[in-house]
Amino acid sequence: MSKNSEYLIERENKQYEVIIGLEVHAQVTSESKLFSQSSTKFGAEPNTQVSLVDAAFPGMLPVINEFCIEQAIKTGIGLKAKINKKSVFDRKNYFYADLPQGYQISQYKYPIVGEGKVILDMPNGQKEIGIERLHLEQDAGKSIHDIDPNNTLVDLNRSGVALMEIVSKPDLRSPDEVNVYIKKLRSIMRYLGTCDGNMQEGSLRADVNVSVRLKGETEFGTRCEIKNVNSIKFMQMAIISEANRQIDLLEEGKDIDQETRLFDTKRNETRSMRSKEDAHDYRYFPDPDLLPLEISQELIEKIKSDIPELPDEKKKRFIDKFNLSPYEATILVSDIETSNFFEEVIKNSDVKLATNWITGELFAVLNEKNLEISQSPVSAKNLSKLINLIKDGTISGKIAKTVFEQMIDGDQDPLIIVKEKGLKQESDPKAIEELINKVIENNSDKVAEYKSGKDKLFGFFVGQAMKESKGKGNPQLINKILKDKLNG
Amino acid sequence: MSDITSQSLFELTLNIKEKKLSSGEITKAFIDRAEKSKKLNIYVTDNFEKAIDQSKKFDSNPNFDLKLPGIPIAVKDLFCTNGVRTTAGSKILNNFVPTYESTVTQNLWSQGAILLGKLNCDEFAMGSSNETSFFGNVQNPVGENLVPGGSSGGSSAAVASNLTPVTIGTDTGGSIRQPASFTGTVGLKPTYGSCSRYGIVAFASSLDQAGPMTKNVRDCSMLLEVISSFDQKDSTSIDYKRNNYSKELSKDIKGKKIGIPKEYRVDNMPDEIEQLWKNGISYAKDCGAEIIDISLPHTNYALPTYYIVAPAEASSNLARYDGVKYGFRSPGQNLIEMYEKTRSEGFGDEVKRRIMIGTYVLSSGYYDAYYLKAQKVRQLIKKDFDDAFSKVDAILTPSTPSSAFKIGEKTNDPVSMYLNDIFTVPINLAGLPGISIPAGKDKNNYPLGLQVIGKPFDEQNILNISYALEDKINFKNDISDWWLSE
Repeated sequence: MSKNSEYLIERENKQYEVIIGLEVHAQVTSESKLFSQSSTKFGAEPNTQVSLVDAAFPGMLPVINEFCIEQAIKTGIGLKAKINKKSVFDRKNYFYADLPQGYQISQYKYPIVGEGKVILDMPNGQKEIGIERLHLEQDAGKSIHDIDPNNTLVDLNRSGVALMEIVSKPDLRSPDEVNVYIKKLRSIMRYLGTCDGNMQEGSLRADVNVSVRLKGETEFGTRCEIKNVNSIKFMQMAIISEANRQIDLLEEGKDIDQETRLFDTKRNETRSMRSKEDAHDYRYFPDPDLLPLEISQELIEKIKSDIPELPDEKKKRFIDKFNLSPYEATILVSDIETSNFFEEVIKNSDVKLATNWITGELFAVLNEKNLEISQSPVSAKNLSKLINLIKDGTISGKIAKTVFEQMIDGDQDPLIIVKEKGLKQESDPKAIEELINKVIENNSDKVAEYKSGKDKLFGFFVGQAMKESKGKGNPQLINKILKDKLNG
Repeated sequence: MSDITSQSLFELTLNIKEKKLSSGEITKAFIDRAEKSKKLNIYVTDNFEKAIDQSKKFDSNPNFDLKLPGIPIAVKDLFCTNGVRTTAGSKILNNFVPTYESTVTQNLWSQGAILLGKLNCDEFAMGSSNETSFFGNVQNPVGENLVPGGSSGGSSAAVASNLTPVTIGTDTGGSIRQPASFTGTVGLKPTYGSCSRYGIVAFASSLDQAGPMTKNVRDCSMLLEVISSFDQKDSTSIDYKRNNYSKELSKDIKGKKIGIPKEYRVDNMPDEIEQLWKNGISYAKDCGAEIIDISLPHTNYALPTYYIVAPAEASSNLARYDGVKYGFRSPGQNLIEMYEKTRSEGFGDEVKRRIMIGTYVLSSGYYDAYYLKAQKVRQLIKKDFDDAFSKVDAILTPSTPSSAFKIGEKTNDPVSMYLNDIFTVPINLAGLPGISIPAGKDKNNYPLGLQVIGKPFDEQNILNISYALEDKINFKNDISDWWLSE
């Protein structure tokens, strides 16, 4: 990497730039499918969420699920994109066992959402990634090749589930940017409630377009499309591997063939799936079973008025209102659940302490236990109570950590823990003075040494006083009174 | 009282309501006749046993408020019927039994009708002679070895031979009107969006429309009233106020402006069809209608446009018949081989021809030259009609360029077969309602039909004009029952 954090791949005094565009397939959050009333619930028994429409029985007709349309519009608004008042559903024709109709209903020439943008917060500043389009389409079923030794089995539960295909412009330049882009896209859709972004369940997948060119070149190189990559890590691996493969070819003086490739995660390499010549002719044409989709300005306005505060706006507010650093704000808004948790905590407690405790102790626990913040073992309510106990001097920050460790076990109330364990901080000067007197009495030899100039012993006295207080003494008070006594 | 099976729907309904006939008697009469009419090859699947049971059930607790009280009706085998095999005339659906009911047939049963059985048709409604059916050709009761027209050939033959009081067909390019014309019966293709396509095996989605096929215009109005309904399960169904077609039926067409399009005078049209048209015009005048010469300049392009648009949609609509989920499957060593064998063996030649045409016109590099251009021409054809209807209330044309032809006469010449649709396809392309009524006979005594075309949703008007003309024409379809066996 060069010093201005540009991502470049070096070969014998040459630097190659990597050009990346993503086609993200995001499953629309919706109870029912795009053109039928079957459930979209994940994990059901195979072929239990299949209607006659999904299985393409003779004479069955698609009927648009208006909620999915609204979700797509909402997402378009979240991407600051143009909503097309007229769009068309087309048929993409191809044969496959898990495609019951023999065509996928998609949008080809006239997508529901046009150009938009996504802002990335990179370590060296913000970067805008252009969105080319967003269109709605049906998912296919699933072919299962590894259950029956002689047959392929087909599960149609996914067949007909609504997907949004979000196509970026070729604006991405590094695996890091891809990581931030996917996370940002996911975050926006989760804020909007239009896609749960759950990659394990396949709610978010991407086709990755990669090309390379020498740094300073303005023309794009020949691109390859890597199909259906289902995690950010694999996307990054696939990009690095594919970019290097293309550069190797160029270095050998060979041409890059425009083709569709697959990423082999085990061997960490891409391999050819089909060449341009073998590309399918999908014979797109407008689906005669569906009228062109017309969207009224009223509907767009209504959806606009329902749009929640999105990460970029929220970040700005957190910085302006709560004085958070851009770094802290970025972390706290990255996920809607996190920002909601944060806002819940600070309703009744100190912002600075809340920021530190959430990004520090709480995140550490979540990481360790591999939990989402929605599954946090400590509720926002109890965390804010803990913060207030610190703030009002009832307990020290150190004791608070002990209390927190106990809170994790079943979201216990910190007030009760402090009370039951007698952890309340001792802040009565008289009591502190008493126990300091005791320490001085018991260590007259050390006192003499200290007075003769062994300053380092001050820490010893603090430790003894803290021990005497069973850890509950107010550290500031102990310090102050000790100093007065020893130096007085 | 005349023989039960020769009665019109109107008469049968009246006789049931007046308790002169029971549903059981009527049902049995049609079944008895069907048993003796196997030579016509009209039924693909009969539902006789269940029909008898249902008629008894009706008689034990009759509801005379229904519009089709206990009336047995056979329907084209393109309508999915719950629990009754539905083949679309194809081997690929030979074993297919739907678990659901088409909206149009459901509308029949909801008004008291009883399913007699499923009627033969061209495979996936692709054909003009009923000869592409996997279940063999249908005999036209008008004369031996004569085609009944198509694709609703079993339906037209069933009405003409008194095997069902009325029936429903589907019309993509003339599949109701042409067979009606060939058999001396009445057939109406409603406005696109009038009858739900839900549960009808699709041929070309933007053109397909179900409609009534009957002995006379009054029955046609009664049946349309039952089957036409707005249906949310079909996104192209249109929500508009439907007329009470039978109640509002009237012969008073005084002052109606009827257009005569000059482009429908095609080359080599037989004189008798020219004469039929002239007679129709003079009858319309007699009824007080005003005749106006009009022009539909893009008529010539309708047939080529149709034979691009319809196969294009069909090639995609028929992709679902792949041997994976239902219907016929021919096993293969792998998926591709299974597809190839299933579809090669499961589809007939005409269907394969249209799938290939459709695939071709949608292919990259050809799409613009064929499909896109055809869509543009389709708009021009539609505009022709819009312009014409700014001057006239309805348009009168012949239904077909010829009368029924012999079985086998055109099977090796698809283009001459396609030419049969020349007067009917423009109406589908424009989404308009059109009705064919029997209007005369040719030198062989074979029936000929006239077509009345209306504005969108103006079925009432074309029914009324047909009703008036029917009265003047006074057509008699003397069919000799030549096929009956003992």
